[in-house]
Amino acid sequence: MLVPFSWLKDYVEIDVSAEELQSKLFSCGFEVEELTRLGKDVTNVVVGLITETKKHPDADRLTVCTVDCGEHGVKQICTAATNVFVGAKVPCALDGATVLHEGGIQKIKSGKLRGELSEGMFCSGEELGINDDFYEGAEVYGILILGDEAKIGEDIRPVVGIDDYLFDIAVTANRPDCQSIFGIAREVAAVLKKPLKQPDVSYAPVQTDVVIPVRVHEKNLCPRYIGHYVKDVKIGKAPQWMRRRLALCGIRSISDIVDITNFVLLELGQPMHAFDRNFLRGGEVNVRRAEEGEKIVTLDKKEFMLHKDNLLICDGEGGVALAGIMGGLDSEIKENTKEVFFEAAKFARDSVRKTSRALGQRSDSSSRFEKGLDAFTPEFAMDRALHLTQMLGCGVPTTYRADVNAADMTPKTIVTTPEKINSLLGITVPTEEIKAILTRLFFTVKEKDGTLEVTVPLWRDDVDGYPDLAEEVIRMYGYEHIAPTFLECAKVTHGGLDEEQKRELKVKRTLQSEGFMEACNYSFYSPKDFDLLRLPADAPERKAIRILNPIGEDLSVMRTILVPTMIANVVRNVRRGNESGKLFELANVYIAESLPLKELPKEQKHIVLGMWGKGDFFDLKGALCALEEAFDCKFTYERGEKTYLHTGVSAVIKCGEREVGWVGELHPEIADTLALEKKVYLAEIDYDMAKRKFAKEITYRNLPKFPEAERDLAVVVEEKVTCAEIETCILRAVKAVKRAELFDVYRGKQLGENKKSMAFRLTFACDEKAEKPLSPEDIDKLFNKIVGNLKHNLGAELR
Amino acid sequence: MEQDTQAIVLEAEAEAQTAADSRALYEVKMKFLGRTGKVTALLKGMRDVAAELRPAFGKKVNELRETLESKFAALEEKMKKKEMAAKLSGEQVDITMPGRRRKQGTLHPVTRVRNELIDIFAGMGFEIYEGPEIESDYYNFTALNTPADHPARDMQDTFYLGDGLLLRTQTSAGQIRVMENKQPPIKILSPGRVFRSDDDATHSPMFHQMEGLVVDKHITLCDLQGMLDEFARTMFSQNSKTRLRPSYFPFTEPSVEVDVSCASCGGKGCPLCKGTGWIEVLGAGMVNRRVLENCGIDPDEYTGFAFGMGIERIAMLKYGINNIKLLTENDVRFLEQFKD
Repeated sequence: MLVPFSWLKDYVEIDVSAEELQSKLFSCGFEVEELTRLGKDVTNVVVGLITETKKHPDADRLTVCTVDCGEHGVKQICTAATNVFVGAKVPCALDGATVLHEGGIQKIKSGKLRGELSEGMFCSGEELGINDDFYEGAEVYGILILGDEAKIGEDIRPVVGIDDYLFDIAVTANRPDCQSIFGIAREVAAVLKKPLKQPDVSYAPVQTDVVIPVRVHEKNLCPRYIGHYVKDVKIGKAPQWMRRRLALCGIRSISDIVDITNFVLLELGQPMHAFDRNFLRGGEVNVRRAEEGEKIVTLDKKEFMLHKDNLLICDGEGGVALAGIMGGLDSEIKENTKEVFFEAAKFARDSVRKTSRALGQRSDSSSRFEKGLDAFTPEFAMDRALHLTQMLGCGVPTTYRADVNAADMTPKTIVTTPEKINSLLGITVPTEEIKAILTRLFFTVKEKDGTLEVTVPLWRDDVDGYPDLAEEVIRMYGYEHIAPTFLECAKVTHGGLDEEQKRELKVKRTLQSEGFMEACNYSFYSPKDFDLLRLPADAPERKAIRILNPIGEDLSVMRTILVPTMIANVVRNVRRGNESGKLFELANVYIAESLPLKELPKEQKHIVLGMWGKGDFFDLKGALCALEEAFDCKFTYERGEKTYLHTGVSAVIKCGEREVGWVGELHPEIADTLALEKKVYLAEIDYDMAKRKFAKEITYRNLPKFPEAERDLAVVVEEKVTCAEIETCILRAVKAVKRAELFDVYRGKQLGENKKSMAFRLTFACDEKAEKPLSPEDIDKLFNKIVGNLKHNLGAELR
Repeated sequence: MEQDTQAIVLEAEAEAQTAADSRALYEVKMKFLGRTGKVTALLKGMRDVAAELRPAFGKKVNELRETLESKFAALEEKMKKKEMAAKLSGEQVDITMPGRRRKQGTLHPVTRVRNELIDIFAGMGFEIYEGPEIESDYYNFTALNTPADHPARDMQDTFYLGDGLLLRTQTSAGQIRVMENKQPPIKILSPGRVFRSDDDATHSPMFHQMEGLVVDKHITLCDLQGMLDEFARTMFSQNSKTRLRPSYFPFTEPSVEVDVSCASCGGKGCPLCKGTGWIEVLGAGMVNRRVLENCGIDPDEYTGFAFGMGIERIAMLKYGINNIKLLTENDVRFLEQFKD
């Protein structure tokens, strides 16, 4: 919110610099996001009086002027402007001056223009950065001609109203009462310990018989509505001082009556509206919900189709204003408006917010109502508007006022003790100090037997308990008084990760040691990602939860499978010239029981792996083996049919009987579509499913009593026989074989068509109860049994 | 006899000279001192020596044996040294050639910071609780003293999923789930993904937060600052300080914004801290009484504090990362920098 320094000074005698005030405001909870020194780019520009003009001898378009700049001397300035004349007071940029020019800063230097000395430049309003609202005449074509009151030689900035500071203050959501200059002034007065001057709200109403009945049909959406009748209105321009203030806050002047409503909005934070009474059909006001399909055209000439959630201010026939957002076009103040009905109301914050959002119509008014205004300020603001109307002489306030008030106007009282306040803070703020601070913030404090009875100002809806008072006290007393302690009174607790959390960390550590880098992706992606995977229409993965208000279609569904984001990561890396890489992510997928979503979905952790550039299927499988080893579980691999994987180089992974994931090469057709020239290997594991089979604790197994023995076995088999089949056959044949590990595969002419030789290293160990080790003869026997079984079951020949 | 032994010594010396390596030298040695060696042969020949001469003869032979043994020992020693020197020089490698190793992977900077935060707070007795990422409106807002009409809801643009469900905008949602099921003393840390419909140069629609909550008897604002001081010292630098300043969150009262003294300039002011000497790091406050009540905890008996921080923000400060988008692009050239 923009707050001009000069305006604040109307209410508080400020004896600190703008920078000091900035840090004071910061310390009590109001961050000044930007402090702007207005007119900082307009330097060395003074008021000059043109005493003589003559034609430039060598340039038809130039006039040579003699200018009296008072203490700065008499200067000769050449100008191309045609509106200068002898006796005119004008802004003169002297040698070395800076002015604004086409969005930048221009430096003015003395020099010769076609042979004639020019010791500066006359300025237009634009070059000073002002419009008519700052200084009448600033928008004329040519030089800004100043009024007679300007003193010769004086700095131009105070003359045109840009000798000021502008505070852009961030107001937190709990302080709607501070969305105004006066609201901030209250805080400034408290923090500087200065008295606060109240705005003048006095006016002398004249009697009237006019009655404009106000009926509020939705008291919960409009807790208070004040309307006041003003007659004998003469629409004109607001005075310069008022227009300047609006301009400082970025509001353009329209007409005196409208400017008064905007002035009060800025000053007191109360949005107001002025209706042309003659356009209130039936001479009445009704506050009601819009009917379904009812229309209104607002001041900015936009038409809106409404529904019953929109609160509408109506006359006897239909809508005249969108409550709290914007007035209607028909009843707006016109040049010939003669009678005005001012409105100052409190509308419910969520009603204004919802309507504003739904219609996409925002205004200074709606943004204030949305934060939640109090029910006290409408009355204050109405009186102020009437005072200003009378002061400006643009209308005559009458005695007719409608005030429909359903709000509870009894001030809240909090009974507490200094001890309670201090116990929350952890320090002892002296009771007198607590009382003084609260009093400066307009709380009324009564102390009795150590108890404080604190009455809350009507505009402080945010305060309702002693912790709020503690906050008021400490933000004024100063957070630097908080002395750090370390839970002196708290019980000792035992902290740290639980087993489950440690295990997740172990997954990450394991994959890290396998050379994988951890990725992090958004939890949502595009429904098109399912198409990329060529998932059938009824695939369970497609049952993704939709975000109702996504950032875009690309980020509109919650992940049900992680692999699309991994593919996207690989593609991005490859396009950036990263030739190879290994990535993993451990993250949730979101599985809905039913769609649309009715209850919290299942959040299941998945692990996804991606590898490109270097390595093949078995390198990726190696990483999975590392996981098996880390968690002492056993994965088995079976051929699977995933639409997105190479049919020959892919497998589904089982852990026990359950399918827990898959691994394989990205289908070459998909790789083609993505212009991936290198093979990409991917795997995804349902971690939550797989972890059920994880060993919980390490259980020690006795060391073998006798040394183990190793034998190598090479067999020639048909191509179609798999490693796993041979392995299983070996292990089933002989219990004493503890491990059968493939170490070589050989194909060659001498083996014959469609044959391969596979060599395994077998590890034999005898039974735990055995009394003696296996002899070479024992092993020979077992070995022969294995060979026999392999031949019988798989047609394998010993090589 | 004298000549014989002398000749044998000379012969042995001559032959030993020809031995190229220790194996050959050993063979020469055996030729003289072995079971079938010349010296042994002399001893065997003692039988043929007259009895009276035997002691002298034996003495001579023994002397000869000792002489040869010591000579061979010396030669062997020399030979071993020579051979070792040759072996060492022959096996010399170019020690500037690169070491051979398997490339380690890396953990994401967010995970690294998360682990570090967990370590810091676990040591102070915090348990770790991770709530659901898809939450109900109640846990994310209402129970945190942010009813439907509350303007604070605008502070966070929420992704809605329908039927009162949403993507949690803050890990504070987890606070409620813990407090509903546990009586004080409570010390929990709640890290996790949060979502806001915000996507621009400095905002990401998904990021991570870490929420801390302490509820017990007599917990004060001073305790909050004490704990955060400790956190700042461990996380940033031993000289780090914290500064509290008033702020607003619906679920805490009083609420504070917590700045940490800029570790880059030590508080003197630099571009990182925009000349202020302070960096905004987290939001915190004393748990609002209504929140405690909502969870069935008596606010007259217990007080507490909560704090929440953005993990990405901490990571960016810690590692000097200048663009939040880098954290979700997953470019391996970025990720590989976060080595252990």
